[in-house]
Order: sequence, then structure tokens, then C-alpha cells
Amino acid sequence: MTTFYIIVGYLALLLGLGVISNRFFKGTSADFFVVSRSVGSFLLLMSIFGTTMTGFALVGSTGKAFSSGIGVYGLMASWSGLIHSAVFFAVGIKLWAVGKRYGYVTQCEYFRDRFESERLGYLLFPILVLLVIPYLLVGVIAAGKFIQPTTAGLFMEAFPMPNLPNGNPHPLSGGIPPWLGSGVICLIVLFYVFFGGLRGAVWANTFQTIVFMITGVIAFYMISKNLGGLKSASELVAASEFAADRLAREGLIGKMQFLSYLFIPLSVGMFPHLFQHWLTAKSAKSFKLTVVAHPVFIMIVWLPCILIGIWAAAYLGPLGPGQSANSVLGRMISQLVHSPVLSGLVGAGVLAAIMSSLDSQFMCLGTMFTRDVVIRKFGEDRFSDNQKIWIARGFILAIVFVTYLLSLALANSAHVFDLGVWCFSGFAALFPLIFAAVYWKRVTLAGAYSCIISTAIVWCILFYNDILAVKPPGMEEDEMLIAGMMPVTIMIAVSAVSLIVGSLLSKKPSEEVIRKFFP
Amino acid sequence: MKTTIVVTIFFILAILHQDFWNWNNRDLVFGFIPAGLAYHSAYSLVAALFWYLVSRFAWPHRTEQWADETAESDS
Repeated sequence: MTTFYIIVGYLALLLGLGVISNRFFKGTSADFFVVSRSVGSFLLLMSIFGTTMTGFALVGSTGKAFSSGIGVYGLMASWSGLIHSAVFFAVGIKLWAVGKRYGYVTQCEYFRDRFESERLGYLLFPILVLLVIPYLLVGVIAAGKFIQPTTAGLFMEAFPMPNLPNGNPHPLSGGIPPWLGSGVICLIVLFYVFFGGLRGAVWANTFQTIVFMITGVIAFYMISKNLGGLKSASELVAASEFAADRLAREGLIGKMQFLSYLFIPLSVGMFPHLFQHWLTAKSAKSFKLTVVAHPVFIMIVWLPCILIGIWAAAYLGPLGPGQSANSVLGRMISQLVHSPVLSGLVGAGVLAAIMSSLDSQFMCLGTMFTRDVVIRKFGEDRFSDNQKIWIARGFILAIVFVTYLLSLALANSAHVFDLGVWCFSGFAALFPLIFAAVYWKRVTLAGAYSCIISTAIVWCILFYNDILAVKPPGMEEDEMLIAGMMPVTIMIAVSAVSLIVGSLLSKKPSEEVIRKFFP
Repeated sequence: MKTTIVVTIFFILAILHQDFWNWNNRDLVFGFIPAGLAYHSAYSLVAALFWYLVSRFAWPHRTEQWADETAESDS
């Protein structure tokens, strides 16, 4: 029960944080949506880092390294270190500046003014919402699915499961079922976002980022110690016929695949929840620490997980039927460390990584519905500040409820996690739009339309071929590659070409807009 | 000029990410980190150093000043 109590204690701390953040709430919509644009360097770093790192950072990275070896770090971590910081520096600071100067809170508000089009906002709004919702679902489902094995055996009377066909007890028997685990996580995130607004999310993200970084390092230390030290653990990999390939990339990751992964981290430029976090910054200087420390923070989280992943390949050997690579971290802890305290801490760390993304996404969807739909429709002056906050809270409540119901319906769908990858690709494919809006005076409304529409078409075609179409036997689980490259490469190319051609073939934007956005 | 230097170094770093010479290298650096992983960990540190130098010498002060001016000054 120690593991369970540690997780419960951690969740209780988050509730406490929600209560405290509510005490600091100034009661204005600016405070609820963008923390009165008052967030300093440290909180900005932690909240942005926590938002960009999902549960995949701890559990998925270890599992992926188990399957594909050390190249996973280059694919996902070192590219992100360089590209994320580049986007924060080149796009984030510019958007913070226009947001502060003209009072924007959402991406649609910015794009509507930048392209002088009300309709563009109505086209972009559902696309952004549709791309965020599966991302949310992945978090909610992952939380439920993580809690069940972590608590297996603790509540045998309340949550028994029938024995396996071979007569053995079900390994998940007695664990808190996903409907309850996901529900509790949704309620806790809802609590601190509902009462604390984005301040609640920023504070919780900071706390959760500290938790998942520390627990990752502790797990790494304990596992390496029990494998006989760092050298022994890695020598075990070199000596293993099954695991030795994972020390390099040959045969596991293609060179073009490795290169084309650079486009995936561009997605942070179009994430609506990150846009909102950028606007919370007190000054442009608040970005400095985020830009510099982000690559190091990624390394602190990912390097230990990748090493644990390849060590697991040697220690555990090939997975049995029905076993997921995502269970590797949990199995290494339970088999090597035998510490319910560490299991509880790592459990809290994984939930922290999941919730630190969920809160910002719930918050940004509530903000977008309020500002981009309700206030647009009825006018800024139609509602008092207090009414705007309650409208946003109502939407957040509705979104949490709908997401929870969807998570119950789709919990056992094989493609939910693939959907998350496609969300990233969709946001990344729209990156040329935000980049051009910020840097290219000649970009026009027609260019923006052709970019969004062509991206949507290509995305749908590729998505259909990867997820919905019937694949040849034996290739169902293969990652989709086009000429050895990630599909996002094609999507970005089409998006950028459409944007450029559409802009050059249409009339230049007005002088007024150029003066407004290019001082 | 500063922008050109920053963009050039950024592209050099992007090219250096493609360490094809480590593709099949299974050597262990310091006895425990595979060579490819050691290279990319060092790469993360170099990226942080690069962004530190950018923030030190190429910070967009003008953007910050512009944001702090009142919107009325536009009209």
C-alpha cells in the first residue's frame, strides 16, 4: 500500500496547490487566462518544459529505447533541444510582444488581426481544437492505464478480475480500473485549473516538472546500482545477442528517418496551449532561461530513460506476447529495486508528466471557446470580467467531461496513441503559417487559406493510409515512412509551398497591417 | 549581421546532428555511454551553450522595447 499512499499524497499536494493558487487569484479575466502577464523566468521555464514533456518522456522513451536503441535520443531529445529553443526564441518572443502590445490571448485572435479576416479564425479554430483533443485523450487514457498496473493487487475485493485462460491470476486484478483512475486525474486537474486558472496550471506544472525530473534521476541511480553499476549495466548490453544492436543505430533507424524527425518539434510553434504560456511572460527576458535551459532539461530527463531502456533489453530479453515496451520502466523498477517507495515516487512522476500537459490543454481549450467563439459572437463588452471567467470555467468543465467520456469509449482502441503522433505532425505542418505571419510581410490571407486547406487535405490522405486503410499482414505496426522520411516532411513541404504560391498570386496585405506587425 | 551569424551556426548545428560516422559505433564512452548517445548528449549541451551565446549577444532588445510601448503610439 506504500506505493498507493505516495501517489495519493502527491495528488493531495496538487489539490493544496490549487487552493493556494486560488488565494493569489486577482479575480480578473487577464489573471485567469494569462496570469496578468506576470510570470518570471523560472516559472516560465518549468511550466513550458512541463507542458512539452508528456508521460511519453519517462515511460515511452524507455520503451522506445528498448525497441529501437540509443538512436531514440537523437530522434526525439537532441532535435527537440535545438528546435524547441529555436522556436521559443524566434517565434515565442515575437508572439509574446504582439500579444502584450495588442492584448491577444489566443492564436485565433492574432491570426484574425494579422490576416484581417474574421473567417480565418473560424476555419482555424476547429482545426486547432480537433488536433488538441486526441492529444488530451492520450494523456487521460495513459493516466488510467498507468494507475491500474501500479495499484494491481491492492484492492482485490473491490476490483477483482477473472483469471487468465491458462488459470493464472490476472496480473491487473485488484488494480484501480482505468475508468476510475482517469476520472480521478481529470477531477484533480479540473480542480486546480478551475479555481486557479492558468496560474494554477503554471504552479502545478512547476511542481510536477520538479517531481518527474527528480524521480527519473532517482530511478536511474537505483536501477544502475542494482545492475552492478553503470559499466556493468552497459557491458551486459554489449554481451547480449538480443540487446547489443541497441548500442548503435544500424538496422534500427534509417538515416533519412533520423534527419526528417527534425520537423516534428516544430509543432511547439503551433500548439495553442504553448502560445498561451508564452503570453504569461512578464518580459521578453523571462524567455532567456527557457531558451538556454530547455536542451539541458531534456537531456536530464531523456538520457537516464534511454540508458534504462537499453539495459532493460539486456536484462529482460525479448518481450512475451501481449507485453508492451511501455511496461519496461515499471518492470525494471519492480524486478531490480523492490522498493514500494521508489515505485510510488516514479508513479507520481509519470502522473506528473501526464498532468502537466493536460492542465494547459484543458485551460487553452476553455480560453479558446470563451474568447474565439463566445466573445467574438456577442462582443467584448457584452460580458463582465467575472462572467468571462465563469464562461471559461463552464467550458473547461464541459471539455473535461467530454474528454473523459471519449477516453472511456476509446480506451481500448489500438490507434489512440498513433493519433497523438498524428496530432504532433498536424501542428508541425502548420508551422510555416505562424513563421510566415511573424517574419514575412508579403504573406497574405489567400496564402494562409491555401496553406491550411492543403495541409488538411494531405494530413487526411496520409492519416487514412496510416491508420484507417488495411495494411499488408506483418506491417500493421510499422511506422509510416515516405521515401524513408517521416510523413510530416511531405506535409510541411506542401504547407510551405501552398503558403508561398498562394501569397505571391494574391494582392499584397494592407500597409496598415504591415505597419502594425512590422515596426 | 548578428542574425546571419546565428542562422549560419544554427544550420551548422543541424547538419552536425546527422552523425553518420557513429551509425554503427558500439563503443562505450567512459565505459558505459554508447558513442552515439554520448555524442548526442554532448550535442544537447552544445545546443544549450549556443542558445546561451545567442541570448547574450543577439537578444532582440528592440522587440522587447516595442512590446512595452503603448499600443496608442501606433495610431
